[in-house]
Amino acid sequence: MKKLVSAGVAALLCCTAGVAQAEVKIGMITTLSGGGSTLGIDVRDGFELALKQAGASDVKLLVEDDARKPDVAKKLADKFIQKDKVDILTGIIWSNLAMAVVPAATRKGTLYISPNAGPSALAGKACHENYFNVAWQNDNLHEAMGSHANKADYKKTFILAPNYPAGTDALKGFKRMYKGELAGELFTKLGQDDYAAEIAQIRASGADSVFFFLPGGMGIAFMKQYAQSGVDVPVMGPAFSFSQDILPAIGDAALGVANSSQWGKDIESEVNAKFVKGFKEAYGRLPSLYASQGYDAANLILSAMEKADVSDKDDFRAALKEADFASVRGDFKFGNNNHPIQDIYVREVVKEDGQITNKIIGVAIKGHQDAYASKCRMK
Amino acid sequence: MTAALIFEQVLNGLQFGLTLFLMAAGLTLVFGVMGLINLAHGSLYMVGAFCCAWITQQTGSFWLGLGGGVLGAAAAGALIEMLVIRRLYDRDHLDQVLATFALILIFSEGTRMVFGSMPLYLNIPAALGGTMALPGVEAYPVYRLFIILAALAVALLLYLLISKTRLGMRIRAGESDREMIAALGVDIKTLYTIVFALGAAIAGLSGALVGALRSVQVGMGEPVLILAFVVIVIGGIGSIKGALIGSILIGLVDTLGRIFLPVILKFFMENASANSIGAALSSMLIYLMMAGILAVKPKGLFNATN
Repeated sequence: MKKLVSAGVAALLCCTAGVAQAEVKIGMITTLSGGGSTLGIDVRDGFELALKQAGASDVKLLVEDDARKPDVAKKLADKFIQKDKVDILTGIIWSNLAMAVVPAATRKGTLYISPNAGPSALAGKACHENYFNVAWQNDNLHEAMGSHANKADYKKTFILAPNYPAGTDALKGFKRMYKGELAGELFTKLGQDDYAAEIAQIRASGADSVFFFLPGGMGIAFMKQYAQSGVDVPVMGPAFSFSQDILPAIGDAALGVANSSQWGKDIESEVNAKFVKGFKEAYGRLPSLYASQGYDAANLILSAMEKADVSDKDDFRAALKEADFASVRGDFKFGNNNHPIQDIYVREVVKEDGQITNKIIGVAIKGHQDAYASKCRMK
Repeated sequence: MTAALIFEQVLNGLQFGLTLFLMAAGLTLVFGVMGLINLAHGSLYMVGAFCCAWITQQTGSFWLGLGGGVLGAAAAGALIEMLVIRRLYDRDHLDQVLATFALILIFSEGTRMVFGSMPLYLNIPAALGGTMALPGVEAYPVYRLFIILAALAVALLLYLLISKTRLGMRIRAGESDREMIAALGVDIKTLYTIVFALGAAIAGLSGALVGALRSVQVGMGEPVLILAFVVIVIGGIGSIKGALIGSILIGLVDTLGRIFLPVILKFFMENASANSIGAALSSMLIYLMMAGILAVKPKGLFNATN
């Protein structure tokens, strides 16, 4: 299951002598099998697309599958650091896996660029100079949805999320912005796929809206069962519950639902157009926000490589922090805790040319920074 | 918290349990008759769901898809029985676990190669959409009632098959003494293939029925498989009756636990910690129950070999 991506053996052979820039070795730990594999596959494909488009011959990417298991991720990280001696780690999707890998790896001096998971612990007190998050802090998209709920004048929202770090962050984030009262709050099992009991609770609670965070197959199951249940309260969620990798499987049941995202395929910019077109051509499907995050992660690393040598850690970190790359989402910069400061949009699920996808309908929060930045001691 | 809501949640628990029964029945049948631990049972569930989704997409008829899912899983079951499983009956359980685990990987990667890694679209047929009123419950999804009835029908048919037919008699005989029944001139090889395909067909039925309700994707079978193993360990390995009782027990405990545990805990602690502790406790509940039952009855509730 190992895959080496480089400009090809020929390119490597010809360039062993003469080029000054040392090869940068990147270890990607991501979920490629089992439930939730579509997220990891999209991150990987987005990342590889950016490398290919840039023609980066001095990057060696090693990809391994963590199967969404923290112990496997930990073992892979040890292997990448000790045996392969990678300069940079990246790729982890799930926050519980990130918590198992990131603190130890960054302490040992390995750089970690997160293309997805952004647990609150790593944004606040436990922030680290070697840890950069190029996606979002976990709370961000949920905060945006909380403020959208206020605008939509919802007064009694029922909220639910799986019981793992990103799930608790999600509900905390929503509640931070939401001003109405809660009709109820539930934590489900990670990987659960039958929501009859939860939907019955929603019906009984008299809620006027439902906010849910259920990425991957969990979201498909919930939306299908919700549509069949006859409960007609409007639902909303972060982009993870309505991302391009799961929308076709939910079908028409998702139409009209509002969701928040830092990216949309209809953001008008040169780099986004190049990304969306390139992704469709290379993989024959529409990119999800996970793919956009993988793409940005690779471009961030490439931008730093142009300015600094990876062997000089201080220089390279400074170059990363400048975030001098064209993000597909538009304006992007790092805050003091190496987490993004960015706009978050509201999207609506629509049908375009027979395909179910998302369309941006407005901005939820402009120039948003996470709530934990002040707890981080970095400047 | 009204009585109607509690009744509705009991119904949900029953339905969840019965979907587990469809998985556990095949698993326990194969284990009981052939003494085989089949980890690839979850893959047959996945094959059923994918066949159903694909045929439904091609023909537009869920019922054709459902039939295709059952037949597809049965065919896949018969095929792996003849190619792989047959060589494992005389080996010890570790070899069986290794070989059937390899089958999981082959099925998962094979399905990914054919269908891609994106989840497939499969929805319930329009005729079973919508809800109906039940005593005390204003709106219960019709499709969930249909699953309850289908699972009960499978349980009844299995009971009749095993206790009333000649094939069932041979299955029972094979369970107690496989050498003797072979000596009496029964073709034990074919019998095993039939039993294995039967188990696979029920798994495929379950995958197709439940896939329409949940999501059809690679790796969908393994979480269900783990629960199915818990069911057959509680119910007694090899016992269909045990699988039925065990799965209903698990369904009820899991569903009621995850809804009512946080509510009960709120009497003792503040909301936020009641929610998270309740969620954590309820996900352990079925395993705690399994440990408790095994402490009292080490061979499960209904031990088939007695």
